[in-house]
Amino acid sequence: MAQSSGFGGALYEGLTIGQKRAVTAWLFLALPIVFYALVRFYPTAQAFWLSLTNWNLLTAPGFIGLANYQRMMVDPVFWQVMGNTLLYLALGLPLSLGLAFLIAYHLDRVRVGHAVIRALYFIPHITTAVAIAWVWRWFYQPVPVGLFNEVLTVVGLPQQPFLRSTTQALPAVLVPAIWSLLGFQIVIFLAGLRAIPQSYYEAAAIDGAGSWQILREITLPQLMPTLVFLCVLTTIGLLRIFDIVYAMTGGGRAAPGGPLNSTKPLVLYIYESAFSSFEMGFAAAQTVVLFLILLAITMIQLKVSKK
Amino acid sequence: MTGWQTARPGRVIAWTLLVLGGIVMVMPFVFMLSASLKYNHEVYELSLWPKEPTLDNYRYLFQETRFVSWFVTSLIVATITTLSVLFFDSLVGYTLAKFEFRGRQVVFIAILSTLMIPTEMLVIPWYILAKDMGWLDTYWGILFPGLMTGFGTFLMRQFFMSVPNDLIEAARIDGVGEFRIWWQVALPLVTPALSALAIFVFLGNWTAFLWPLISTTDKDMYTLPVGFASFTGEFQTEWEMIMTGAMVATLPALVVFILLQKYIIRGIMLAGLKG
Repeated sequence: MAQSSGFGGALYEGLTIGQKRAVTAWLFLALPIVFYALVRFYPTAQAFWLSLTNWNLLTAPGFIGLANYQRMMVDPVFWQVMGNTLLYLALGLPLSLGLAFLIAYHLDRVRVGHAVIRALYFIPHITTAVAIAWVWRWFYQPVPVGLFNEVLTVVGLPQQPFLRSTTQALPAVLVPAIWSLLGFQIVIFLAGLRAIPQSYYEAAAIDGAGSWQILREITLPQLMPTLVFLCVLTTIGLLRIFDIVYAMTGGGRAAPGGPLNSTKPLVLYIYESAFSSFEMGFAAAQTVVLFLILLAITMIQLKVSKK
Repeated sequence: MTGWQTARPGRVIAWTLLVLGGIVMVMPFVFMLSASLKYNHEVYELSLWPKEPTLDNYRYLFQETRFVSWFVTSLIVATITTLSVLFFDSLVGYTLAKFEFRGRQVVFIAILSTLMIPTEMLVIPWYILAKDMGWLDTYWGILFPGLMTGFGTFLMRQFFMSVPNDLIEAARIDGVGEFRIWWQVALPLVTPALSALAIFVFLGNWTAFLWPLISTTDKDMYTLPVGFASFTGEFQTEWEMIMTGAMVATLPALVVFILLQKYIIRGIMLAGLKG
């Protein structure tokens, strides 16, 4: 042992400075490389492979080609969850970004109590989605439990079913999702707003530009990189929505994603396919689809930010 | 400084609306806290101030349920993961920023590309691995996928790039070993990035749901979010108990935020701009 390390040591001493540094670098990277290979790259390859099999945890996986993908194409539930996922995105993205910009734009000019107001908006973002979900679930209950229906009754309006309705449940789940997203988006918008040089505004003021004109011609164009960044992050987040739906619609007798799959997003269907029905191959095929969608979005982002 | 004297009416209205909106944002927490201090018979009243405030719900939660054990699991998992990420992501980020060697670009791009792999795609293979190795229902099983992150490595590399090479060269001339140069010279210069990363990773793991849900079936090994989700199934209509559980699950993150608010906001702004 001493011999071999002595030999290794002699070998190391014979290296140039550049080579020694390279040895050190690879030494620092050794464990991380093993980690990324075993816990990131190999599982990715495995997911692709599993998507081509009929594996169900009990019997050995058998190769079935693209059958899982074909099944997906004709599975009405798959199309329903894709539709739901896109609806979360189509409603959630403009609503959350619009609100966050509106709040950040005005908050940016506030001096009195700036940090406290910002904190109020940010707090929902750091809390556990599952805990949040149950507070909102409580609010959505019928009279005499739920806050919202109590208020509706007091002002003389009819009670609403909220989470018990196939049409109202998805928006009802989306509201707390947006509520917890806002804080993060506001903080990023504030950072973007602050990065715009003050001199641009001063020059515009000297030219006699109104505040609408300043917003349109200076603030929004300057904020473009921030907007693209937030768009991509929010899109990816909404396409992967899971925790809050699971907690707001599941538990007890009800299967999550209801009523009648009306709130079920793609990731919940993946979870159920894999860990309730144990159709690992089918679930893996869905994760590949999710991966390809997210990849496409990242590619579009790279194109847009290069411009 | 814009004082009250110079404030225009539009500004005052905007300020008032912002404050009202902010109060609406935290109202769910106020209702949560209020319900957790009420007896069951009072929880159906909308009043925010309990007539007979009680800590009975908390006492029951800590003594009769597994909340304490879930809390401990979450704390252990989040702490170990954070320490590991801080160590490895900053070591790798430093190596990729400050060493010149063949293959550096390949390693960097490979690690960066892992950012595009969604967790959802990996959980099935991780489950197989954990099952085969007997890691299900262990702390290690919950935390092994998060020991290093592509995001943190990228973030740390960006920050180490701005550390002057002269400092590192000077230390080399003084005969300081490469590991100690990283640990004692370079690392102290990027503490803002490190603290931002620490907060992200800790909060991220504290609230993580999908993988802990999959990798544990033993109720004593649940993390707080998974435990809370199973707990709500048992206490369906006892809203004061559910709100007490929600309060306990939320409180640590809330305390961390109130104590470290400045660093958290700055960290998010920092990462947002560099990212």
